[in-house]
Amino acid sequence: MGAIMGIEQFIENELKSNDVVLFMKGTPQFPQCGFSGQVVQILDYVGVPYKGINILENDELRQGIKDYSNWPTIPQLYVKGEFVGGCDIVREMFQANELQPFFKEKGVPVREQAAG
Amino acid sequence: MGVRDRMTEKLQAAFAPARLEVIDESARHAGHAGARPEGETHFRVRIVAEAFRGTSRIERHRMINAALADEIAGGVHALAIEAGVPEAGG
Repeated sequence: MGAIMGIEQFIENELKSNDVVLFMKGTPQFPQCGFSGQVVQILDYVGVPYKGINILENDELRQGIKDYSNWPTIPQLYVKGEFVGGCDIVREMFQANELQPFFKEKGVPVREQAAG
Repeated sequence: MGVRDRMTEKLQAAFAPARLEVIDESARHAGHAGARPEGETHFRVRIVAEAFRGTSRIERHRMINAALADEIAGGVHALAIEAGVPEAGG
C-alpha cells in the first residue's frame, strides 16, 4: 500500500472490486454479533458470492464505514457500490422475496432456488 | 427518565405515530459485546406512521435514526426497527 491510504479510499476500493460487500462484526465463518450472523445466513441461503470485511479488526474502519454511509450500525450490506441496508432491511427484503430479484436486477448471480 | 421513555417521547414528537412500541431487549443480549450490566443498550422500535408513506426502507430507518441520534450516540448499542404505514381503510 505504500503511502497510508485513507479509510474512505479503502472502502471505495473494496466496493469497486467486489459486487457484494458485507461490513460486519467477525467473519462469515465466525460472526461475532447476532445481527451480522443473520445477514451472513441470508446471503448464504440466497447463494450470492460476497466479501465479508471484519470491522472489529480496525477501529478506523469501524467508524469510517458509519461515516461513509451515514448509518449508525453494523452490519452494512453494499451491492455494486450502493448501500442496501443493515440487518433489519436485508431480512425484510428476504422475507418479502425481494432480495433475489434485487440481486438479479443488479446483475449479481444468485443460486437458482428450487421451484415451489 | 429512562432511555426507553425518552425514545418514545422523541418518536411521538417526530412522527405522531398511529402505533408505537419501544421495547427494551437488553436482557436478551446480556453478556454480548456492547451490552452493559445496567441494560438499556438494545432496543426494538415498532412504529406505524403516516409520515413514512412513500418512503423507502432506508429512508424510514434514516428518519428514525435521526430522531434518536442522541440516544444512538449515547450508549444505545443496537436498534432494531420495524416501520410501516397505516393500512388504508383499516
